[in-house]
Amino acid sequence: MSWPPAIAGLLALALWQGAVWATGVPAYLVPGPIAIVRAFVAAPTLLLSSLASTLVVTFTALAVSTVLGVGMAVAITASRWARAAIQPWAVALQVTPIVAIAPLIIAWVGDPFAALVACATIVAFFPIFSNTAIGLASPPPELLDLFRLNGAGGWATLRLLRLPAALPYFLAGLRVSGGLALVGAVVAEFVAGAGGFASGLAYRILESGYRLQIPRMFAALMLLSAAGISIHAVLGLFGRWLLRRRGEA
Amino acid sequence: MTLLAIEGVGRRFPNGTEALRDASLAIEPGDFVALLGPSGCGKSTLLRLIAGLDAPDTGALRWAGGAPGPGEIGFVFQDATLLPWATAEENVWLPLRLRGIPREAARADVRAALARVGLSGFEGARPRELSGGMRMRVSIARALVGRPRVLLLDEPFAALDEFTRHALQDDLLALWRGLSCTVVFVTHSIYEAAFLARRIVVMTPRPGRIATELASPLAPEHATRFTADYGALVREVTGVLRAAMVPAPSAAIDQP
Repeated sequence: MSWPPAIAGLLALALWQGAVWATGVPAYLVPGPIAIVRAFVAAPTLLLSSLASTLVVTFTALAVSTVLGVGMAVAITASRWARAAIQPWAVALQVTPIVAIAPLIIAWVGDPFAALVACATIVAFFPIFSNTAIGLASPPPELLDLFRLNGAGGWATLRLLRLPAALPYFLAGLRVSGGLALVGAVVAEFVAGAGGFASGLAYRILESGYRLQIPRMFAALMLLSAAGISIHAVLGLFGRWLLRRRGEA
Repeated sequence: MTLLAIEGVGRRFPNGTEALRDASLAIEPGDFVALLGPSGCGKSTLLRLIAGLDAPDTGALRWAGGAPGPGEIGFVFQDATLLPWATAEENVWLPLRLRGIPREAARADVRAALARVGLSGFEGARPRELSGGMRMRVSIARALVGRPRVLLLDEPFAALDEFTRHALQDDLLALWRGLSCTVVFVTHSIYEAAFLARRIVVMTPRPGRIATELASPLAPEHATRFTADYGALVREVTGVLRAAMVPAPSAAIDQP
């Protein structure tokens, strides 16, 4: 991490704590950072195991999104028919508000874990799919001609040209999808948690809200945003490492 | 015996543009032919027809010994179009790799091809670590590595600076003399065509037609650039091109 965001963050926390002290606002309305840290320290395993549960959903959804997204991107690149058949539905899925359909999915899919993964996948799938599709179509026509001149079939062209060309696009999509998978997981947990499924950070946020344990609710929120930032950063590092290994970027 | 007889070939694109009309040309083994003309004269279209990347609407291309199979055509594009993630060696290996030749078996040929274009020692370099001229050299090595029957080049040096261009032109002539392969070279530069080619095929635009053909009396070597004969050939080609271009508007503007 570079220094300016860290300094700005610490400054904001100090101002926040100062304002809480100065105004004397009660912790059940706005807890200060110290109260939040205290709430976390009071029950770290509770919050961390909830975080772990949310992260398992997130990464499972990200893995499923990768397989589905790359697979469908390859399909629409390989076949005009598949493009016409798949693309509109992918867009429809992308513009459907997950909050609206999560209750349905949770009701239809019996297993709560599978339901959460399904919701998070719906949210996370599209950036990987569309970026990879653009990447697969990115090689210049001259290179495609060169492959044809040397008798390359569709499979060799995919393996040696289209897929490697799509890698940077896929990684950019993966980074966006990583954040979205977390958002999707949390939204689905909210819906499921309201229905009594006790797992994940969203459930802790709901539960703490009901019990007016506002500092713990904020601690869960902070953990959530820290997880989001970490996923974004880790996927970014992973992508740069992979491209640097190929001698790019 | 003629290597390739192009007989009355025409090509109209689906959008209605007539790119080429009734073009006939005989290419002999070991020829160095330049297709010369302004943009839109169908010279690149003709080159793609020769490569088999496109098919003519009328006429035919007759090859001695049958149409070339995979890897029998070497093609150099205006851009080097290398795989950015692959090293120079991997890029030159590509045509052989696509024909199922493993890296180890191809290595000697790949290294020899890189050496031929003066890039020994750059086997492990990625395209972004190479200059524009070096990238073009890798591209030429890639086109030559499979020992093609014909080498086709589509304005390969147009995007390079003049020093690099001269060096690559000299090297291309040396390669052609050394390998005695057949070369068809598309260019819009009169100087380049006059310097490189044994035969200069002048084309006119809309629709693309072959206006005339000139044989070059010049020696295929660097020193030719400084001879009076070279200057004379450039003037002659310019005159032919100008005559071929009448009724084009640019010719009319030049009239006093």
